[in-house]
Amino acid sequence: MAEQTSAAAALAGVEPVPGVAKPDPILIADGVQRRFGGLTAVDVEHLEVQRGGITALIGPNGAGKTTFFNLMTGFDRPNAGTWRFDGHDLSHVPAHQVARYGMVRTFQLTKALTRLSVMENMKLGATGQAGERFLRALVPALWRPQEAEIEARAIELLERFRLGHMRDELGGELSGGQRKLLEMARALMVQPSLVMLDEPMAGVNPALTQSLLRHVQELPSMGMTVIFVEHDMDVVMEISDWIVVMGQGRILAEGPPADVARNPDVIDAYIGAGHGDESRFTPAPRRSGTAPAGVIEVTPPDEDEGTEDLADGADRRQEDQ
Amino acid sequence: MDALVTILAGGLNSAIGPTAIVFALAAIGLNVHYGYTGLLNFGQVGFMLVGAYGLGISVSIYGAPFWVGILIGLGASVALALLLGFPTLRLRADYLAISTIAAAEIIRFMIRSTGAREFTGGPFGIPSNVGGPGFAQTWHQMNPFPSGRYTFGWLQFTHTRLWVVIVGWGLVALVTLVVWLLMRSPWGRVLKSIREDEDAARALGKNVFAYKMQALILGGVLGGLAGIVLALNQAAIGPDQFLPQLTFFAYAVLILGGAASIFGPILGAFVFWFLLSSVERALLTADVIPTATIGPARLAFVGVLLVLLMAFRPQGILGNKREMVLDG
Ligand SMILES: Nc1ncnc2c1ncn2[C@@H]1O[C@H](COP(=O)(O)OP(=O)(O)OP(=O)(O)O)[C@@H](O)[C@H]1O
Ligand SMILES: [Mg+2]
Repeated sequence: MAEQTSAAAALAGVEPVPGVAKPDPILIADGVQRRFGGLTAVDVEHLEVQRGGITALIGPNGAGKTTFFNLMTGFDRPNAGTWRFDGHDLSHVPAHQVARYGMVRTFQLTKALTRLSVMENMKLGATGQAGERFLRALVPALWRPQEAEIEARAIELLERFRLGHMRDELGGELSGGQRKLLEMARALMVQPSLVMLDEPMAGVNPALTQSLLRHVQELPSMGMTVIFVEHDMDVVMEISDWIVVMGQGRILAEGPPADVARNPDVIDAYIGAGHGDESRFTPAPRRSGTAPAGVIEVTPPDEDEGTEDLADGADRRQEDQ
Repeated sequence: MDALVTILAGGLNSAIGPTAIVFALAAIGLNVHYGYTGLLNFGQVGFMLVGAYGLGISVSIYGAPFWVGILIGLGASVALALLLGFPTLRLRADYLAISTIAAAEIIRFMIRSTGAREFTGGPFGIPSNVGGPGFAQTWHQMNPFPSGRYTFGWLQFTHTRLWVVIVGWGLVALVTLVVWLLMRSPWGRVLKSIREDEDAARALGKNVFAYKMQALILGGVLGGLAGIVLALNQAAIGPDQFLPQLTFFAYAVLILGGAASIFGPILGAFVFWFLLSSVERALLTADVIPTATIGPARLAFVGVLLVLLMAFRPQGILGNKREMVLDG
């Protein structure tokens, strides 16, 4: 929310309560439930996501964020519920078609295609390729011109993500952070209207995080809506227009960053009820002058288990890969 | 010195012979499955079987014209791919592996059952004289080479063998060209992405199931073609030629040559049969072990060579070292 985006302006009058209606929602989920045995991983009564905005989805580990992403994108099937994307009911649409409607997601555990070059990874992202059909593939003349366009677009994106010099490396030769960048750039090759990023900054070098944040912030101006999961609260506070907080599958709170930071339910979800010390979560001024009021201050990790999830999730996640 | 020439010439004649061609085709099919798409087909021999029997049954038993028989053989491979693919390609990779190995054996047992004798030839298969001139008659009539022996340096052919070898390698070249064109196209890129991570492909809008099915069919048809060449070369077929180990020989050929490389399966077939045959001849010439044990011994020898190759060059002769060292 460094600059006031149009989405932020549109959301200004929206009451910060779970399930609140948005002026121009691109995604509307209703009664979406997913149970794994006795565990209810996702139980979202109603959620609307504003078009053209950057919405952060936060919550402790195991809150159901990734499962919610999986459901919306057809990678998992809910026990109940429906959702509409851009006016289309996607509740029964298989994952590969979801991308064609303009919704594309990245994965928490990065999926760089290891034995494809960075350029091939990128080109794969383009949709509607004539050369991806069996018979036409046999006649290069039928797909070469389109391939050239795709390549030009890929080069542009790679430059933007500072991977231009890596175009001929194999996906598997990239570092963890570079793979994150590649996956995001590849998703943009789809030219989606909604990008769902599952922890896009995890493991990315802090110096690069800033430029990556700028890229994410530019997406709305390119006609894209962004939903992202992130544990780093600095990042969340800095770039989101709206924050949705999940806990144990449910939406605990939603609202603009400043409101969410002050919300006692959120604080409970992160530190656990009865923990007492809420002072650390009172709004604190940010080091940069542009920061909004109401930023969650990040405490050093080992002081408290709950905050460790918040502050340090990124680093530990990286080790998972 | 003469002995060495005999050994090498024998190896060379095998390496360019009909069997090497059959395995080159089968391994190119497996390369499409496993090398490029990551599909574990452990029943390539099943595709070879339905290809061979599709031709044999339709022509020799039901009197269909030769070319119809060829189409039926290839069509049967397509049908088998669909049959195996539909239930398994949405599941984890292991299901395809189990189904293919089982299906190949089930088909073989059905074909060889005495009850099916009327339709399949049963345990005796389809000898060359069934149905009058047999299914290979047209094939032999098409042979432009006059009867006789042909010698080119170390290479020796009968006119029938020369005909099979020329058409066979022609087919291998054609099929390789097609696979090369496909794998450098965006279509091939999708297959490779599925091999790497099918969820990533799905998230980018690729219909993974449809691509896997296309790959299974393409590789299966190449297996069927291998079976047809095998049948034509022998002019007769029997069910017990299509044992599970044929699939594993084809894998050995593929891995030896280098999976996911265009010429790997061809070079693999060449080297594999060169080694098998020259080792056999060497053992015969040396006369160090009883003749009856030479068959198993040459296989063991080639097995050891394969193990050494895997230890020192795991990507195969032509495979990409850079890709191999990645953790995946
Ligand atoms: N396939 C599955 N089978 C069983 N349980 C699952 C499965 N996937 C997720 N869960 C459970 O559902 C809950 C929500 O998991 P999910 O991965 O959505 O959490 P998350 O919010 O993304 O957490 P994190 O921040 O750690 O990524 C967890 O308790 C998890 O154990
Ligand atoms: Mg998650």
